[in-house]
Amino acid sequence: MGMTIAEKILAKKGGQAKVGPGDTVTVEVDTVILFDNNFMPSIWREILKLYDPSRIIVTLDHRVPAPNQQAAAAHATCRAFVKRFGIKRFHDIGHDQGIGHQLVADHGYALPGSVLLCSDSHTCSAGVFNCLARGVGAPDVMYAATKGTTWYRCGETIRYELIGKLPTAVTAKDAFLQIAGTHGAHATQNVEYGGPGMASLSINARKTLTTMSAELSAEFATFEADETMLAWIRERNPSAKLEPVHPDKDAKYLAVRKVDLGSLEPLVALPDTVVNNSHPVKVAAGTRIDQAYLGSCANCTLDDLELAARVVKGRRVAAGTRFIVTPASAMVYRDAVRSGAIQALVDAGAMIAPPTCGACGGGHMGVLANDEVCITSSTRNFKGRMGEPSSKVYMGSPATVAASAIRGVITDPREFLN
Amino acid sequence: MKFKAKVWKVGDNINTDLILPITVFYETPEKQARMVFHANRPGWVDQMQPGDILIGGKNFGMGSSRPAARSLKNVGLSCVVAHSLNGLFYRNCINFAFPGLECPGVDQAFEEGDVAEVDFDAAIVRNVTRGVTVNGRATPPRLLDLLKAGGIYPLLEKEGLIAPKAS
Repeated sequence: MGMTIAEKILAKKGGQAKVGPGDTVTVEVDTVILFDNNFMPSIWREILKLYDPSRIIVTLDHRVPAPNQQAAAAHATCRAFVKRFGIKRFHDIGHDQGIGHQLVADHGYALPGSVLLCSDSHTCSAGVFNCLARGVGAPDVMYAATKGTTWYRCGETIRYELIGKLPTAVTAKDAFLQIAGTHGAHATQNVEYGGPGMASLSINARKTLTTMSAELSAEFATFEADETMLAWIRERNPSAKLEPVHPDKDAKYLAVRKVDLGSLEPLVALPDTVVNNSHPVKVAAGTRIDQAYLGSCANCTLDDLELAARVVKGRRVAAGTRFIVTPASAMVYRDAVRSGAIQALVDAGAMIAPPTCGACGGGHMGVLANDEVCITSSTRNFKGRMGEPSSKVYMGSPATVAASAIRGVITDPREFLN
Repeated sequence: MKFKAKVWKVGDNINTDLILPITVFYETPEKQARMVFHANRPGWVDQMQPGDILIGGKNFGMGSSRPAARSLKNVGLSCVVAHSLNGLFYRNCINFAFPGLECPGVDQAFEEGDVAEVDFDAAIVRNVTRGVTVNGRATPPRLLDLLKAGGIYPLLEKEGLIAPKAS
């Protein structure tokens, strides 16, 4: 009997002929990503020996630039580690900095069929590149960095067959909200994305789906490989060996579900959870917002910034509403400046924050006060996620966020895009 | 490993932001432990007693990879038993040597305040107050050994891969 993509990569990297649901497998880890949180004194332990420094990537992304002395100390610890081991792929503040998962896309770091490990919970983002990737604990990162392996439990796989093409003003974020709203948590399960509609989605759009799959509590989220994805990697990582992994024709899925992209509409997730909580925007339309946030590893690519720019062009952010925009990497930021998207956004009154996780996690760059309301394109809307526990966070697509920023209330983006 | 204590109950989908809030993210593990459930059950840390057992529903520990399991250990709980444990959270239970047991239906078998007897190795949970027994999913032997040895840091330290903790 055949295997799904996740099962095949587990088998290949675990040195086994076959892996199926219920198996616990020890696998070789190809790529380990460390970020600033790994270097916090309460979590960091001094590494004495690395398994293979060439497999390590380091970025400063969660709280950048350092907003306080504790973060500054963590960054200093990070730089000392990089220097000690001569880590080449170090993305410090500057030309090549960015949110880790965005850097993976920018630089073609995740290869098809490989295992990528990082302790940020949105590491499943890299699954867009047909790669086995998921969030692990900080100690797991230490283990993989020093011993070169990790363990995974294999769960069942749910397959999503993407069909058709998204309508204007509707995005992959809305597709995700549809899946999360309809099917809820996929705890212990892998999700696999494929189908004829996949070709209509850009890599950035597909990446939104894999990144957000963490909010389904999915284990691995992997996309089928296609020429578009392989070309993306080749362009950015020309020397990489590409060995895509396709599911077997007789792979066994717990369920195969169709997603009719053409039937989708703009959605929002209401506060406090992303699962089983999605509704058409009109259900929340008119809700006053204090802050609109366009950022995070899920949704601040060039495509997202250009879409938001189309919505706000020639208009101004509503009085009393803050529109904070956080390009996901310095590369994305530069591209968005060149394309005019940043110009349109700042002309409208958006505040552009540096590439950082920032407000997404409630750390800095836009923390919410008591009872404030925010609509976000980021990954989570848990109670207290972006600030005070009494604050409320709605989630929507970049277009919905931008439209809401202009009106000062939650707004259907189709008012501005047709 | 066996535990017997009073249980506290939380619902489904308890996320790690509730267990380890962003406000103490850069603080010491001890300070982090004081903020467990600050947003959803303020004051609970002062009500619970060392050794108490936490009963959870579906997908306990969902969300961020932050070391929430360590906070639950440091606040003094002996273990968490949940209908299901989020996969990432489960890893941190092993990593930080905080016993986490998956036991489908356990949330239906307990009311807060009941006394539980947990045989962690055998994955059997008994409600002493109500005389009900529920069977859970045993921890895979390799992971159980790792948990019993204190988690990942002691192992890496023993192998000379990381330095002893700075005092």
